Amino acid sequence: MDINSILMPVLSIGGMGVLFGLCLGFAAIKFKVEQDPKVPLVREALPGANCGGCGFAGCDALAEAIAKGEAKVNSCPVGGAAVAEKVAKIMGVEAGNSERMTAFVKCSGDCEKANTKFDYYGISDCSIENTLAGGKKSCSYGCLGDGNCVRACSFGALSIVNGVAVVDKEKCTSCGQCIEACPKNLIELVPYKNSVRVFCNSNDMPKAVKTNCAVGCMGCKICERACSSDAVHITNFLAKVDYDKCVECGACLEKCPTGAIRKL
Amino acid sequence: MHLFTILIAAIFVNNFIFSKFLGICPFLGVSKKVETAAGMGVAVIFVMTLASAATWVVYNCILTKIIITLPIGESDLSFLYNIAFILIIASLVQFVEMFIKKSSPSLYQALGVYLPLITTNCAVLGVTVLNMDSNYGFIESMVNGIGAAVGFTLAIVLFAGIRERIARCHILKPLQGFPIALITAGLMSIAFLGFSGML
Repeated sequence: MDINSILMPVLSIGGMGVLFGLCLGFAAIKFKVEQDPKVPLVREALPGANCGGCGFAGCDALAEAIAKGEAKVNSCPVGGAAVAEKVAKIMGVEAGNSERMTAFVKCSGDCEKANTKFDYYGISDCSIENTLAGGKKSCSYGCLGDGNCVRACSFGALSIVNGVAVVDKEKCTSCGQCIEACPKNLIELVPYKNSVRVFCNSNDMPKAVKTNCAVGCMGCKICERACSSDAVHITNFLAKVDYDKCVECGACLEKCPTGAIRKL
Repeated sequence: MHLFTILIAAIFVNNFIFSKFLGICPFLGVSKKVETAAGMGVAVIFVMTLASAATWVVYNCILTKIIITLPIGESDLSFLYNIAFILIIASLVQFVEMFIKKSSPSLYQALGVYLPLITTNCAVLGVTVLNMDSNYGFIESMVNGIGAAVGFTLAIVLFAGIRERIARCHILKPLQGFPIALITAGLMSIAFLGFSGML
């Protein structure tokens, strides 16, 4: 047997391997992409949930934007002040104030308190139920309780309690995923430290609210008059708390006839 | 006309997924959304075309030109095609990834995650081996490569569309996830059988 019969296959395949290896090695140098050394450092400091709450396509994209100076160091709503401080240290700038926010579901019309107009046996999905005459609740503003927000939350901060979504504000990172998931636009971000909340989102006339729900805001203006710091106002039959002015005295919620304003 | 026949045959009649059952892994893995399926499809078109060209050159200009003497007689090195093709495809994909990363970051954003997956896609190896078995010339090989990849893209995008609809439906618990996906794929395969008499 000729020694070539072993040598040639080994040489040709080996030679090809070496050749391709050299090509790749050369390409790795030639096509090297210069990356800002700050990007991986910033990326390390970010939470890494890729929730998109900052408005960028995940933590990698935000880290790049921060390193380029296109985004502020406190752009991550999930990490809050702690992460902002870390990122600021990497970037060498002041963090600035980033107040902790939390999501809040503006409805408390649960199975007992809110009336329904029909029984819904369809797919348990808020968006789908909402297309069917606005869902089973008589109040067209109320929480449908099918849990789209619960499924959207990456942090397990939401749960359905007796037919209404409730936010656990300790777990909430204010990423905003639930806000986008809610077809009724019921969820908003409110300051974490504030506890006086309006548990209603209905702009219906007082009479309609009264027949639909036991805990709806009828826009009676009692709270507005009770407030000594000009923090509660009624617009479109719905009370709204100005969280900058509210001093948490509790005067409004004592006077509220339906209990739509409560402390959390 | 001959090239056109090869193209149509590769896309519909000999669809890689539905009649040759090659590339099933990415077909099931990357078909949850139409968007990602299309991204994978474009990346496959890109790689398959280049791989067809590169393997044709190596096979016809290197492997079949070197003659060795074996106890059973003289032979060329074409029996090494499998290992050589894998080598070529893997390096090619790596090279393309680096090249795209440098030259077109936006394309890299779109295709980047799929390119490494293609290295191990058996459909790519499949098309190069079929080109060799059919004794295709250089242009024919490339057309067959494009056709096979377009067929793959067609199949995966159609399948992803159906899976998006399935995700919204009530499926019996034992059938949820992969079982219903495989049943769907089987039905689609039967549907593509209708093309078999076309050419």
